[in-house]
Amino acid sequence: MALSITDRCIDCWACMTVCPNAAIAHVEGLFVIDPQRCTECLGDYAAPQCASICPAEGAIENEWGEALNPPGSLTPAIAGAKES
Amino acid sequence: MSAQILPFASPASACGSSHGECHDPRVADHPCYSKDAHHKYARLHLPVAPACNIQCNYCNRKYDCSNESRPGVVSEVLSPEEAARKVLAVADAIPQLSVVGIAGPGDAFANWPRTSATLRAVKKMLPALKLCLSSNGLNVAPHVGELAELGVDHVTLTINTLEPEIAARIYPWVFWEHKRWRGLEAAEILIREQWRAAAALTAAGVLVKINSVYIPGLNDDELPKISAKAAGMGVAIHNIMPLISDPAHGTHFGLSGQRAPSEEEIESVRARCAAHLPQMGHCHQCRADAVGMLGEDRGAEFAREHLDSLTLDAQAIAARHAAVQASLKAGGGQSWKIAVASADGQRIDQHFGHAEAFRIYESDGQSVKLVALRRTAAYCQGPSDCGDDDAALPKLVQSLADCAAILAVRIGHAPWKKLEQAGIQPVVEHAFASIEASVLAVAQKLLEQVQEAHTKRA
Ligand code: SF4
Ligand code: SF4
Repeated sequence: MALSITDRCIDCWACMTVCPNAAIAHVEGLFVIDPQRCTECLGDYAAPQCASICPAEGAIENEWGEALNPPGSLTPAIAGAKES
Repeated sequence: MSAQILPFASPASACGSSHGECHDPRVADHPCYSKDAHHKYARLHLPVAPACNIQCNYCNRKYDCSNESRPGVVSEVLSPEEAARKVLAVADAIPQLSVVGIAGPGDAFANWPRTSATLRAVKKMLPALKLCLSSNGLNVAPHVGELAELGVDHVTLTINTLEPEIAARIYPWVFWEHKRWRGLEAAEILIREQWRAAAALTAAGVLVKINSVYIPGLNDDELPKISAKAAGMGVAIHNIMPLISDPAHGTHFGLSGQRAPSEEEIESVRARCAAHLPQMGHCHQCRADAVGMLGEDRGAEFAREHLDSLTLDAQAIAARHAAVQASLKAGGGQSWKIAVASADGQRIDQHFGHAEAFRIYESDGQSVKLVALRRTAAYCQGPSDCGDDDAALPKLVQSLADCAAILAVRIGHAPWKKLEQAGIQPVVEHAFASIEASVLAVAQKLLEQVQEAHTKRA
């Protein structure tokens, strides 16, 4: 049971500052979650901390490949604009 | 004049002055706060704080274009150790370095362990440096005790509104106490924490500046209210920054067509705010990793790959730095950049608005040397339209921001005012005289002013 970081990540470092298990590393310019260490924050917090601070939609996924912050969930909608 | 900060009178100046002139020495020496100091002292922003704990609709963290010059954009993130080394390298090359700030690219307080480690290392190496931080205010209050202990003397808080309904349209979410909050709830937490931070900082004796992004149609009437509230708390200065909303930056405001304020709107809002607090009139919204004197950015010289190859003698650099800082404070050891409008390179022979290039000289009052040639698009097309509301003018003035004076045959009324507002002294009394003698005379006059100000302060 672990989360993972996708190529939607914008390299902002925020997740690393809030993970209670030091499960996130910055390796060769990419942020990665160590599946051995990630507990999805169970027992520590009500919601996964990395996904609660991440500013990039789609950057953090669960093991079924579902985005914890799906498109449109973090930015206000713009009338007439298309989903990217 | 020792530290004139603003073009407006301010009856309620926190510095106890009635002419908008601020005699707080913490302001007088700060290149970002004082019009005079920014020609004299250098500052360095360290990009050690990448993470952010809120989302603002005027920020897009995704882009880092090297042509950019707006807050929140940096090309590399430094570790505290790398940052300390960078400070040493810069102090070696530019001993006038007097301020080290942490302003991002995220939020200084959302990266507290990195921020505090950097401050500690820097203060230990070069104790004469002033430390400053800037923040959205959300996570500041818990760390105020440590700030005082570290000797941080300036904190800038960005506050854009007092009303949760308006804040909810500026900030889509905040991360607070292990949870992402949205909408009105997020807005209420943020505003509450911002003022908690302001009160705690001023109570701890830290100089506080408030930055506000002016978003026309959204927070016009909020800005004077912020000024009034801040004045009551002992905040020193207010800096109204125009929204940057170019759609190319990909910010929410940029993409949704929120416009930027006009020059007139900015001036009028600043005048309203000036009834309560001194206003800062010459902010360059420098990049979060800006290096050098305001208006010039020497960041590339000190990029990470160059740092490794330098040999730095920490002790020798610290000794020289302390000596230069002391002499700067005493009003000596300084030089000025002076711009000249000249076609033949011998005499001052051009009108300000006709110059296609400015020759930039540097002088300490004893010698004169040519240091740069800056091309401009001559903005004045003829004698009848000497640039009263030309769009090229602000750009032109900005390109001379590091100069203390500009010498020309003639300078129109509008540019004269703009130059003065930017802290650049317009000078026409040396028309058709030799460049060298005139630049020398102007530098000597500047030197006298500084010495005078210093004896008055002492
Ligand atoms: S879910 Fe929690 S434990 Fe897992 S990486 Fe994110 S913050 Fe760390
Ligand atoms: S918080 Fe999101 S965008 Fe930022 S580094 Fe982590 S995964 Fe990437």
